Amino acid sequence: MSEPAPTAIAVSRLVKSYGGVTAVSDISFTVARGEIVGFLGPNGAGKSTTMRILTGYLPATSGTVHICGLPVATQPDEIKRRIGYMPENNPLPEDMRVSEYLYFRGRLKEVPRRKLGPRIDEVLEVCDLKRVRHKIIGQLSKGFRQRVGIAEAILAEPPVIIMDEPTIGLDPHQILIVRDLIASLRGRMSVIISSHILPEIEVTCDRVLIINQGRVVAQGTPADLRREIFGHATYHLELAGDVAALPATLARVEPSLQTTASGEPGPDGFRRITVTTPRPDELGEPLLAALVTDRFRVRSLAREQPTLEDVFLAATRRSWDAVAAPAPAARQETSLK
Amino acid sequence: MKHFPTLLSHEIRMLLVSPATYVAATLFLAFMGLIFTKILELFSGTPQELSPAHVYFQLFWLPACVMVPLLTMKCLAEERRLGTIETLLTTPVTTTEVVLAKFSAAYFLYATLWGSTLGFFWILKKFSGDARFLDAGPLIGGYLFIAVSGLMFVAVGVFASSLTRNQSVAGILGCVMLATLILGGNALSDSPWLDHGLLRSAKGAVEYAHVFSHRDDFTRGVIDLRHVLFYVSGTVLALIFSILGVETKLLHA
Repeated sequence: MSEPAPTAIAVSRLVKSYGGVTAVSDISFTVARGEIVGFLGPNGAGKSTTMRILTGYLPATSGTVHICGLPVATQPDEIKRRIGYMPENNPLPEDMRVSEYLYFRGRLKEVPRRKLGPRIDEVLEVCDLKRVRHKIIGQLSKGFRQRVGIAEAILAEPPVIIMDEPTIGLDPHQILIVRDLIASLRGRMSVIISSHILPEIEVTCDRVLIINQGRVVAQGTPADLRREIFGHATYHLELAGDVAALPATLARVEPSLQTTASGEPGPDGFRRITVTTPRPDELGEPLLAALVTDRFRVRSLAREQPTLEDVFLAATRRSWDAVAAPAPAARQETSLK
Repeated sequence: MKHFPTLLSHEIRMLLVSPATYVAATLFLAFMGLIFTKILELFSGTPQELSPAHVYFQLFWLPACVMVPLLTMKCLAEERRLGTIETLLTTPVTTTEVVLAKFSAAYFLYATLWGSTLGFFWILKKFSGDARFLDAGPLIGGYLFIAVSGLMFVAVGVFASSLTRNQSVAGILGCVMLATLILGGNALSDSPWLDHGLLRSAKGAVEYAHVFSHRDDFTRGVIDLRHVLFYVSGTVLALIFSILGVETKLLHA
C-alpha cells in the first residue's frame, strides 16, 4: 500500500470577517506535496481572501492554516520563505527591467547571491522570457507580464506556489504556455491556482475546490465532482427499430436504465433517445451489444460528459439554494406557530 | 533588518530613475539659486549685520513644505495603489524594513539636494575671493539644522503617504502637516491668547516645538540637545505611525 503524500497546506475551519461581512466562512481543506489544486468560485466567493491568508498577508479571524507543517499565524516570516505568490492582477513595478526585478525579488527571498544569477537564467528560460530580459516591465504585453509574475513566484523554488488568476486576460496561445508551465511544476511544488477558465482548471489541476459565499461547496477530482454533483450517467442514442421493445432491452443491461427522452423518427427511421441510470460506471459497451442483439440499428451512442462548467454551476446553485432555504428546524418552528 | 540594504538600494535606484526626482531637484536648485542670488544682491547693495548663510537658511521652510511631500508622496501610497505592497509583504521582509527603507531613501535624496547647495557658497568664495562670506558657524549650524530637522520632515511626509493610496492626496496631506508643524508653531507663539488662563501651560510646549527658534539657535552655532531630541523623537514617532498606518490598512483590507 502506498504512503499518503505529506501535506503541504492544511487549512482548518478558516474564518475571515471584516466590516461586518464574512468573506471566508469555515473553510477546511488540505493540499498534498506536489499536488496542483484549482480554486473555482464566482466573484466575491472568498478565493482571493483565502489565498491572502495562506500567504500570511492577511490575518485570519479564526481557524488555523499550516504551510509545510508551520502555523501561518505565529510564524509568518518562516511561511513567507516557503511560498511563491502571484496576486490577482499581478502587480509589477513599471520602471524596472525584467532581470533587475527578478534579481531584486531573489535577494528579498534570500536566494544566495552566487546562485541567483543561474537561477534567474533558468526561470527566464522556463517562462520563455529570455528575449525580454532587458526590457522595462511597463512596456511588456499582458502575456509577458503574467509570465514575469509566474517567474517571480517560482524563482526561490518554494515548496508552495499560490497564484490568483494567473491566466486572466491572456490569449489562447499564452494560456497554453502558462498552463504547460504550471503543469511542469507538478510533483515538485504544491500549487494552488484560482481561475474562471474552467477547462483550464480541469486540464491543469489534480483536484478542484469550488468555493461559494465563503464556503467550500464541493471538492475532489473533476470526475469525482461530476459523480457527486450529478449522481447519474446519461447516454444519448440514435437508433431505429421497435421502440416498444426498448425498455426490455435496457432492463436486461441494467434494471435502473430509464428512457428520459425520445424524439420523433426521421425519414430514415432513426430517432434520438436519451437514457439515464444512477450507476456511474461505464455501460456503453453492454448497451450497444444488447441493442444490436435485439435487432436495433444503432447509428450513434455517446455518454454525456458534464463539463466542469456544469459542475461549477450546479454546485454554486446548490449552495445558494441551501442558503436561501430556511433550516428544517426553523421551518418546523414556523409551522407550529 | 536583514533586507534593509536590499530595499534601500532598490528605493534609491527607483528614485534615481524617476523623472519626478529630476523635476523636483531642478525646481529646488533653481529656487534656492534664485534666493541665493537675491541675498547676494542685497549684500552688495547695503552692508548687513548677518552673514549670507544666516539669511539663506531663513527660507528653509518653503522648500521643506513643497519638496518633502514631492519626494515622499509616492513612497507608500503608490505601492498600495498598484498593489505591489502585497507582493512585497509576502516575501520575508517586515513592514518596518519597508517603511525604514523608503524613509532612508527619501532622506538621502533630501540631504543630497541640500548638500548640493553648498556649491553656491563655494562659488561665492571662489569668485569673491573673500573668506568672510564663508562664515563657518552659521554655515555648519544651518546645514546641521537642515540635516536634523529633515529627518522629522521626511518622516512626516512618509506618514502622510501611509494614510492614503492616492499620491496626490498624500502630497497635499504632507504639505499641510509640514506647514502646520513649521509655520503653526510660529503663529501660535506670537498669539496673545496663549498667555491667558489654562492655555499658559501649553505655551511652553509650543515654544519647545517652535521650529524657527531652533533654526535661529543652530545658525548662531548653538546646538541644543533638546532641539535634537525633539526632531529625533518626532522622527521615531512619525515612523512608528507610518508602520502602524500600513499595517492597519492591511488589517482592514
